Amino acid sequence: MGIVGTVTRRTFLIGTAAIAGGVAFGTYLVKRPIENPLLADLKDGEAAITPYIKIDASGITLITPRADKGQGAYSIQARLIAEELDFDPATAVITPGMPGPAYYNSAVLEEGVPFPAYDDSAIAETARQFMSVPAKLMSMQMTGGSSTVPDGHHKMRMAGAVARETLKEAAAQQVGVDRSQLTTEDGHVVLPDGKRIAYTELATTAASIEPITDVQLRPSSEWKHLGKPTQRLDMPAKCTGTEKYGIDLVVDGMVHAAVRANPGVGAGVKSFDASSAEAMRGVQKVIAIKNGVAVIADNTWRAWRAADAIDITWEQGPYPENTDAIFAEIEKVIDQDEFRDHRNRNDGDVDTALTAGDVFEATYKVPYLAHAPMEPMNALVRVTDTECEIWTGTQIPLFVRDHAAAMTGLDKDQVLVYVQPMGGSFGHKLEDTHVLQAVEIAIAMKGTPVKMVWSREEDMTHDYPRPGSIAKGRGTVSNGQVETFDLSVGQSSLMADWFGRLTGLAIPGPDATITTGSWDQPFAIPNYRVTGYRAPTMVPVSSWRSVGASGNGFFHDCLLDELIHKAGADPLAERIRLCMHEDSRKVLEKVGEISGWDGPSMGENRGRGVAFCLSFGVPTAIVTEVTNTEAGITIDKVYTVVDVGEVLDPTNLEAQVFGGVVFGMAHAMNCETTYENYAAQQNNYHAYEGMRLYQTPEFETVALTNAKKIRGIGEPSVPPAAPSLANAIFAATGKRIREMPLNKHIDFV
Amino acid sequence: MQIDVNGKAFEVEVEPEMPLLWVLRDELGITGPKYGCGIAQCGACTVHVDGFVVRSCQLAVRDLGNRKVTTIEGLGSPEALHAVQAAWIEHQVAQCGYCQSGQIMQAASFLKTNPNPSDEQIDAVMSSNLCRCGTYPRIRSAVKAAAKKLQEG
Repeated sequence: MGIVGTVTRRTFLIGTAAIAGGVAFGTYLVKRPIENPLLADLKDGEAAITPYIKIDASGITLITPRADKGQGAYSIQARLIAEELDFDPATAVITPGMPGPAYYNSAVLEEGVPFPAYDDSAIAETARQFMSVPAKLMSMQMTGGSSTVPDGHHKMRMAGAVARETLKEAAAQQVGVDRSQLTTEDGHVVLPDGKRIAYTELATTAASIEPITDVQLRPSSEWKHLGKPTQRLDMPAKCTGTEKYGIDLVVDGMVHAAVRANPGVGAGVKSFDASSAEAMRGVQKVIAIKNGVAVIADNTWRAWRAADAIDITWEQGPYPENTDAIFAEIEKVIDQDEFRDHRNRNDGDVDTALTAGDVFEATYKVPYLAHAPMEPMNALVRVTDTECEIWTGTQIPLFVRDHAAAMTGLDKDQVLVYVQPMGGSFGHKLEDTHVLQAVEIAIAMKGTPVKMVWSREEDMTHDYPRPGSIAKGRGTVSNGQVETFDLSVGQSSLMADWFGRLTGLAIPGPDATITTGSWDQPFAIPNYRVTGYRAPTMVPVSSWRSVGASGNGFFHDCLLDELIHKAGADPLAERIRLCMHEDSRKVLEKVGEISGWDGPSMGENRGRGVAFCLSFGVPTAIVTEVTNTEAGITIDKVYTVVDVGEVLDPTNLEAQVFGGVVFGMAHAMNCETTYENYAAQQNNYHAYEGMRLYQTPEFETVALTNAKKIRGIGEPSVPPAAPSLANAIFAATGKRIREMPLNKHIDFV
Repeated sequence: MQIDVNGKAFEVEVEPEMPLLWVLRDELGITGPKYGCGIAQCGACTVHVDGFVVRSCQLAVRDLGNRKVTTIEGLGSPEALHAVQAAWIEHQVAQCGYCQSGQIMQAASFLKTNPNPSDEQIDAVMSSNLCRCGTYPRIRSAVKAAAKKLQEG
């Protein structure tokens, strides 16, 4: 085995390969079954198996190709394999392995199709399946879009099952019994007489036989690892300071690098004077890099201090110079046909409905937002004449590899990317500008490993933020019901920016993320229209936890709440009445039940708000309770209900849900990234505080499993968090806030 | 100069104004304390100096004198957990985990001086440490559980 030509079935590509002293189980790169010129230049080595499981005499290694940025990806991938392989994953080595195209992610692009997630018609499903093809072609071993579980829950269990049955077959041949008489437990094959043979002892035999691929996955009723409260495998390391993040790595002979790049992101350097920096202790070199200057020193602090001592004159930034000018450009495109990007929702006759009677109108606004993960961007790179090694936390390892190959002039297989655990990302590590800076410095320091670490200030002023956005809403009500809902959203295209940076290509067609979270909501409103207008590229923007829905969740639900109020209806009851998707309706009903909903008012200065958003296929409803105190608003309790189809890890699901709510509300309360003289003004946490523990509400979370498809939960609780808070503040104070951050208009305790 | 970290003496030859954080991380290879902000806003770099919490990004190494530094590595290990670390694991607090060394050091010192804290005191003290993943609800329950455990001995 191990020859790609033996693969005949596209749908099932797991096989085995012999490795030194053992066996690997994994997927073959899709080469033969899909003839495609983009894959034709693959080398023989790349056509070999790309493993999920390696077993040799020293033990079991699990390869978990989706990166862990804090969401628990390594743990869940390991448990998916262990569920079928019958062993304790805590005893295995868990590594993301070397990036490879066979680790393509078929789920991440699914939500880009022009069908809402609640549409499971044949045509929508066909379109979703087709999306896995471009993912393969783009070698997209990407982590993002809440896709690790939807992508991996079948194929990683399958890898475990194939490995188990093949190990059993190896044992069967060794002892001369039929495989059906054998069972497995705790890393061993169990013989009919109760004798146990360790997997590690069977590895070489297993590598020499045809893999058993005719396997059945166990029903969830028989699960031992999945579906029950569990402990994350990385928890002990993370609670004892022993987890090594990219920023913690040390290799022999390593030097430290600091960079100062133009705060007008993308613009260059006019001139710089590094004479005083060069004379500082520990400084080895100052070099000009693309858009900035780098200092090489023997210590991070010395490199940073020297970088601060360089006198740099910047080129003018490549976009409008301040926030007002940027938002003026966004404002200009709304409702202008020439800038219309898409109109994926257009039910009834909105234009006619808006000509008559009392039309409600409101404008909503969300700011640019930095990702600001706790671990600042960093990368450790060593470049030689024959190799480029990169150690970094990244969600896009193959793009990193390809970009570094182009920069160094090396072949792709001479670039080795060692993916590290990440101290957060929230989408920032879907970008690799910082990694390529480190590669550029390492090329100048050929042979010497260079660890480049951004200061917090460099990190927050060179982010590709969530796009700022403006939405104009209009609507009508009649007989106590919402009759017309019309939303026009204007913003720059984050997909065009991001895809352009990664591939150098323009995205074909519209950018659905401009209205994702608005156009695709499961409501039946008689006249219902959502239109996206594309503002020019200005500040370069990117994906921020929950992507398009991060702003649209606020726009859509706040407008809906205002129209319901105008209709005189109950906020929850009217959402339930309008909801035409059963799984979503049950989520709304459940949140009403657990929160004891009896209307928005909770007495003097107290109130509750409900919000709903369907994102990443997960219907999510939140009820938030607040009190208006003399010192400001307190957020008292948050009830969240989601439907993920199947719960694999209830402990981590709860953490992702309340973590997402904290993330959504933290930024809604007090965060924005504004620009002055082309530079982001909020350069550290003092100006971008988010939520602190004393402001944190109590949480109650319920996960329903009515949905047909399994879904990921890293993002869906973010979009409805902010509108539930804004709607609750209205209930408690009578004040409608249509602009984030909310603290521009009201104080929080 | 000589500094005492986790019960060991180290000889370091650095500028007196170098922050303790960078002495620990880059000179001694002790990477449990994390860099998050450099301006005492996030608490990721929290260590104990003679048992008191200190933001190591703000303490110039010259001001350390002969006081003893304890980092998360000196608090407990995966094999011999401190009660706060055990509570953190039991309550599955960490997500990305980057801030948690600082959170745990903050909580351990706090419970030493205030073994029976009220909810308000927990909220107030632990609010000086930032978490971007939003692990706060579990930090709250883990601190309470650790307090209980420490009192029971």
